[in-house]
Amino acid sequence: MHDSGIPIWFFIGVSLLVNGALIVGAGLWEVFHPPVNPVVLFHLHANVWWGAALLISGVIYCFKFAPGRQS
Amino acid sequence: MTPPMAMFVATRLVHLSAVDVVIIGFYFALVLSIGFYLRGRAKTGEDFFMAGREMTAWIAGLSFLSANLGSLELMGWAAAAYQYGILATHWYWIGAIPAMLFLGIVMMPFYYISRTHSVPGYLKLRYGEASRTLSSVSFAFMTVLMSGINMYSMALVMKVVLGWDIHFSIWVSSLTVAIYVALGGLRSAIFNEVLQFILIWAGALLIPILGLVEAGGWSNLKLQIAHNASSEYTHLWSTLGTFNGNPMGIHWTGIVFGLGFVISFGYWTTDFLVVQRVLAAKDLRSAKMAPIIGAAFKMMVPFIVILPGLLALAVLPTKLVGETAAIASGGHSYNEVLPLMLARYCGPGLLGLGVTALIAGFMSGMAGNVSAFTTVWTYDIYRALINKNASDHHYVNMGRWCTVLGVLISVGTAYLVMSFASIMDYVQALFSFFIAPLFGTVLLGMLWKRASPAGGFWGLLAGTLSSIGMWGWVKADHDALRYVALSPNARDMAENMYRALWSWIVCVLVTVAVSYMTKPKPDSELNGLVYGVTAIPHEAEVPLYERPAFWAVVVAAVFVVLNILFW
Repeated sequence: MHDSGIPIWFFIGVSLLVNGALIVGAGLWEVFHPPVNPVVLFHLHANVWWGAALLISGVIYCFKFAPGRQS
Repeated sequence: MTPPMAMFVATRLVHLSAVDVVIIGFYFALVLSIGFYLRGRAKTGEDFFMAGREMTAWIAGLSFLSANLGSLELMGWAAAAYQYGILATHWYWIGAIPAMLFLGIVMMPFYYISRTHSVPGYLKLRYGEASRTLSSVSFAFMTVLMSGINMYSMALVMKVVLGWDIHFSIWVSSLTVAIYVALGGLRSAIFNEVLQFILIWAGALLIPILGLVEAGGWSNLKLQIAHNASSEYTHLWSTLGTFNGNPMGIHWTGIVFGLGFVISFGYWTTDFLVVQRVLAAKDLRSAKMAPIIGAAFKMMVPFIVILPGLLALAVLPTKLVGETAAIASGGHSYNEVLPLMLARYCGPGLLGLGVTALIAGFMSGMAGNVSAFTTVWTYDIYRALINKNASDHHYVNMGRWCTVLGVLISVGTAYLVMSFASIMDYVQALFSFFIAPLFGTVLLGMLWKRASPAGGFWGLLAGTLSSIGMWGWVKADHDALRYVALSPNARDMAENMYRALWSWIVCVLVTVAVSYMTKPKPDSELNGLVYGVTAIPHEAEVPLYERPAFWAVVVAAVFVVLNILFW
């Protein structure tokens, strides 16, 4: 799907980027404002590193599959 | 291929924060945006119904898998893993991988070279109009009815997990699917299915990762399961020597021949819901690679479905029970295992992503049903039986309206099930009646040129009727289970597998017998449809790593190793 249109991988990149940013933001907020009833393994701060992984993947996909850029 | 999802009992399981709601809202906005963006690229019938036949192997392969990866599939099999242990993995491995590889290597050339629009369309080319009509009518109506049942079950999940109103869930999700499929056709459905596939993994992958951290690794997990339940729960094959030796009450012959052969091959190679995605591939090599790519990912799905169910056996402080016991005690049922694990590990943001994964799974399944229904209705029923000579533009418009109509019938079915819950069991059974015999008809059609048009039709009809007959027999007299499922101790799943096996055998025997008594088609009419009279392009000049057969062998080898590892 790299003909004249926007590739599906770009849409996926946007989704990962936005979701990753929101999850990292929520995770960082929790680091500084710990919840009263934390989830199990809260000390691992999964939302920070998982959100960061999604965010970085999203940036790579958005760049690599940007409209008009053949890969 | 989904175990029954019965009623849920507990009140709201998770509470969403503002960021979770934003993530869910963003998902809906994105899928609708894709639909609006693609509406200009669905002007011809080939565009709308076949996505222009320009999908790469990766897109077709992920979409092929995603159309099957519904939320009820995820939640139902996580529940089955809690209830039956690692045996549930059979539905992902032997119950899928061999069939997907067979589709890619053996059957796809005939589907693709024949340029058919659908599986019933292939039956028309191979056997004639009668076989097509029988399979298209049954497929079209069963598909929208199943879609409605899934819709209702999902709305029920949303009510229990999130506290959402059932009517809100049904209408928002179904209208969203109707809009993006009606606008962009199969291309829009496929695009969204690939997006949904990624979101399902992004939302669900953390549960097994964090679960294994909490349990202390796989070895410790097995010890805890042996302590809390039984060591049988972590063995794939070693407990299948007898019906009573395992939690599922099934024998290895049922798994291998019923599930691994008839049900699996019937579903993955002839159910147009999944095959349609592969038919949209841009060339034969992509069409052959797509199911192999799907198979590679299918092997990994137990990591996000089965493992959470097993982890719950080890780490959840309370024991989950069946629906009836859960209602009586006010506790949690097996069916809630995935949301419970999600709530256990996922804080704000991750929870929203996990819920989005469930919604995405539901919508990808529904879009698959609706787009398949639309194609079969328009090409195999409307154009074949009602209006043969309309313009391409007319059929595209019919497809758009049919998408909306299909969704509305599904919504109607959802409300019908809401009022009469027992309908759910009957429709699920009805759907299963057609799959196994259809596999027999298509397989003989592709591999045996002597199979005649009359043989194909009567074999399909006899197989379907025999399946209905066996189902009715066991319903009327439970003792019949000892004959249908070979054991009075067999459970529902075992009965389904043996019923499928017998109906397939009936279909094949009748097809062979009638074919020998009737006149076959001449070879000139079978070109592109049957093995032996079809020139299949060779791939001698293609490097080894680009050949579908090479990757099929790699996937098959990994499949064998995994089964031995978890024996």
